[in-house]
Amino acid sequence: MELYVPILVLAVLAAGFAVFSVTIAPFTGPKRWNRAKLDAYECGIDPTPQPVGGGRFPLKYMITAMLFIVFDIEIIFLYPWAVAFDQLGVFGLVEMVLFIVTVLVAYAYVWRRKGLDWD
Amino acid sequence: MNNTFQAPTIEYGQLAPLLLVFGAAVVGVLIEAFAPRYLRKSFQVPLTFVSLLGAFALILVQVFVSGVPTAPAAMGAVAVDGPSLFIWGVILILAAVSVLLITDDDHFVPQAAAVPGSAEEDDALAEGAAHTEVYPLVLFAVGGMLLFAASNDLLMMFVALEVMSLPLYLLCGLARRRRLLSQEASVKYFLLGAFSSGFFLYGMALIYGFAGTVDLAGISRALGTVSGQDPLLLIGTALLGVGLLFKIGAAPFQAWKPDVYQGAPTPITALMASGTLVAAFGALLRVFWVALGNLDWDWRPVMWGVAILTMVLGAILAITQTDIKRMLAYSSIAHAGFLLVGVIATGDARQNADALSGILFYLLVYGITTVGAFAVVTVVRDAGGEAGHLSRWAGLGKRAPALAGVFAFFLLAFAGIPLTSGFFGKYAVFAAAATGGALPLVIVGVVSSAVAAFFYVRVIVLMFFSEPAADGPTIAVPSMGTAAVVTVAAAATVVLGVFPEPVLRLADQAASTLFIR
Repeated sequence: MELYVPILVLAVLAAGFAVFSVTIAPFTGPKRWNRAKLDAYECGIDPTPQPVGGGRFPLKYMITAMLFIVFDIEIIFLYPWAVAFDQLGVFGLVEMVLFIVTVLVAYAYVWRRKGLDWD
Repeated sequence: MNNTFQAPTIEYGQLAPLLLVFGAAVVGVLIEAFAPRYLRKSFQVPLTFVSLLGAFALILVQVFVSGVPTAPAAMGAVAVDGPSLFIWGVILILAAVSVLLITDDDHFVPQAAAVPGSAEEDDALAEGAAHTEVYPLVLFAVGGMLLFAASNDLLMMFVALEVMSLPLYLLCGLARRRRLLSQEASVKYFLLGAFSSGFFLYGMALIYGFAGTVDLAGISRALGTVSGQDPLLLIGTALLGVGLLFKIGAAPFQAWKPDVYQGAPTPITALMASGTLVAAFGALLRVFWVALGNLDWDWRPVMWGVAILTMVLGAILAITQTDIKRMLAYSSIAHAGFLLVGVIATGDARQNADALSGILFYLLVYGITTVGAFAVVTVVRDAGGEAGHLSRWAGLGKRAPALAGVFAFFLLAFAGIPLTSGFFGKYAVFAAAATGGALPLVIVGVVSSAVAAFFYVRVIVLMFFSEPAADGPTIAVPSMGTAAVVTVAAAATVVLGVFPEPVLRLADQAASTLFIR
């Protein structure tokens, strides 16, 4: 049973933090109204009015999201390698370098094609 | 954590063709990133050809110098066996020929993101902006095709499936003219393709649940331990089958084919109709013969139904088509059905080798004729781009006898008339199927071939025996590449129709070892 005490403590701490943050926010946060706060959340496109013929819409968020996925996958592969780094030896190192170089190619492409510029 | 890690052995020599194509694709992306715009095409085109032909040369070295491997490579993940090498060779030839078509800039949109018909698109057109990303995308797709046909475990096969499909989804949307149709094709292909990938993945998960492995040979071994009906295995097999049959466009999973083939830029259609079909048949054969070969009592009846439905549906619906690319798409569906007849014709090792050899030969001759036919389609144009509607082709034989003659010859090859390569392709598959106990299927195949011959001949009659329309389409002067493709395809169709012996023997040899496990 003692094994579960840390988990219980963690759960209590997490719940406490959540409740504390939510209840304290209305009292401490500034209340300055602006138009952006009433917009649809973060999708980058004004839902209304619809532009004529569908219009062009910016892909900024999508490119950021795609970049995130690329690097996210890279991290996912880096974790297990980092854990077993010494056992994997030279073979693991070479494979990992190859993998990271390949991801870097995608990164270089995005960078050169101005995917990292916001405007 | 105490078990020591052993580095896997990877046979880089055997995988060299794959690595070359993928490596060239990555270099292509770097060229896109760093080379100035006006130089990109002059880097990309040679790179693409060198990698495709280099990979082909590596295959020749593998076959004639180092010998065909007898065990799977890369810890059993990839099987570079006789059939794989033959299929690789076919895919690389077809891809190189298709790239000749792709080098004609006229087929691709200057700015894919622009709304069709908008001012942005006109600006990009005036600026001469060109998308040279097409080349690395094609190389990635071709690399995926190579891996798809040679993967020896389901996980590798799924990765290859995605590597092959994702670039194709993009490429479909890049047609310069009829932008909306092209984008519609792209979206349809993407949604349906993603859906079918889901089926494949789910089937794979269930098979893993049954066998405890994704290795094809391991699944085959696990089949021996089961008695009676295992629901995991049967449902998994069905779902895997859906995923693979979608890719070859077998009925009832054929609905995407006409729309996508019609909307995609014609050079990409040529690549998909030839290369993707070849790769997908390689994968289908591997799954159903290597992994599920001992389950044939269960999948064979279903496959019979699918083959009959595919042949009949493809042949009959093609008759009603009024667009040349849609008609070729339905013809491709019918041909997928003919090839499925070969997949069903299993038996003992000798029988399997015969059927496999027939399929391999058929894939080669059908692919090369298909690329040739689509090359002709790119040349017949009117104001709005390619003159797709069949009525526009009326009287073409009087305006451009040579071109119409070559196209008529390709159509006759599709129909399987003797002295064309199509005849020997069909003969090889149907003969193997007849001895393999699938005689009723062969009869259905021959009847649907006759039905199919009707609409092929109808186009020929239209071209040669009707009056040309007053404002008929113009015959564009073919670019060097396009002319070369038509010539090569016509030559191959003649040579393989008159003198098929050496290639048939090569296919026999490739098939004689069957798939290694």
